[in-house]
Amino acid sequence: MDHSQSHSALTPAQEAAAGHEHTGPGWSVYWKVAVVLTLITVGEVWVYYIPAFVASRMFLPTLLTLSAVKFVIVVLFYMHLRYDSKLFRVLFTGPLIIACCTLMALLFLFGHLHLGHGG
Amino acid sequence: MSTATVSHHYSSTGLENRKIAIWAFIGSECMLFVSLISTYLIYKDRSVVGPYPHTPWTDPSTGHVYHAILNIPVTSASTFILLMSSLAMVLALSAVENKGKPQHNLGERILGNSKLWLFMTALLGLGFLGCQAYEFTSFVNEGLTIKTNLFGSTFFTLTGFHGAHVTAGVIWILTMLFIDFKRGLGPSDALNVDIMALYWHFVDVIWVAIFTLVYLIR
Repeated sequence: MDHSQSHSALTPAQEAAAGHEHTGPGWSVYWKVAVVLTLITVGEVWVYYIPAFVASRMFLPTLLTLSAVKFVIVVLFYMHLRYDSKLFRVLFTGPLIIACCTLMALLFLFGHLHLGHGG
Repeated sequence: MSTATVSHHYSSTGLENRKIAIWAFIGSECMLFVSLISTYLIYKDRSVVGPYPHTPWTDPSTGHVYHAILNIPVTSASTFILLMSSLAMVLALSAVENKGKPQHNLGERILGNSKLWLFMTALLGLGFLGCQAYEFTSFVNEGLTIKTNLFGSTFFTLTGFHGAHVTAGVIWILTMLFIDFKRGLGPSDALNVDIMALYWHFVDVIWVAIFTLVYLIR
C-alpha cells in the first residue's frame, strides 16, 4: 500500500504538521543565539589558557558542559528541533544516545574510565 | 503571498518523507562521527613517537624538538567562522520562506535576500575549509602526517571526514545559490533549503564536539 500522498497549495497548519515549520524563531532569536554561542566559545578558549584551571579537576567537566550547551542550543534553535515533530527528536536523539553509550563503553574497556576503586 | 504550487509527499505519520529521511541520515551520521571520535580518544596519548597534540617532543635520534602541534587560535577562528555560517544559513532559510512578503525598509530587504545569505554561508564554509587546509599543511610541514603516529592517523581521519562533509555542504549550498540566481527560490523551495540547512547545522554541531574533545581537552 502506498502511504504517500501528494498535496498542493498547503495551508500553514498542514506545513507545520508535516514538520516544515514556518513559524519558528526569527532574526531577533537567531542573532541572540549566535552571540551566546560566540561567548561560550570564547569562554572555552579562555579557560584553556589558564594553567591553574587546566590542572584543576573542574577543567574537563567545565569544557564538556560548555560544549554540550552549544550542541543543544544549535540543535534546538538552528535545527528547529524545539519546534518540530517529536519523531524527529527520536530519530536524532536515539542514535545519539546509542553512540554516546558505545563511546563510554569503549573508553571504559580501553582503560580511560575507572569505576572509582583504583587501578 | 505566494501562490506557487507546492508538491510534498507525506508518510503515514503525516510528516514529509524527505524530512524524515534527513533526520534519519543525521542520526546515522552521529553514529559515524562518534565512532571516529571514540577511536581518537581511545588512542589518545598512546603514540610511541611525536609530534604530540598538546606537549612538546624531542626526537631521540636527531635531537629535534617538536612543539605541541595543535594551533588553538587558528582553530578557534575556524570554529567561530562555522558558527557564523550556521547563522547565515538560518537567515537564508528564513529569507526563502518569507520570499514574496512586503519588505518595508533596508533591514528587511537585507534579511529577505536569500542570495546574500546563501553566498555568505558558502563563503564562510570555504573560509573554514581554508583554515583546515592551512592547519593540515602546517602539520605536514612540522612532521605530522597520517602515517606518523596514532595521533596523526586518528586526527587526520576524524577531521578529514568532517572536512569532506563540509565540502559536500558547500557544494550543496553553491548549487542552491545557482538555482536561486537562475529562477529564484521561493516558499515552494523552502523544504529543500530546510533539508540542506539541517545538514549544514549538523556539520556545525559535530565540529562543536570535535573542537572540545580534540583541541581543548588535554
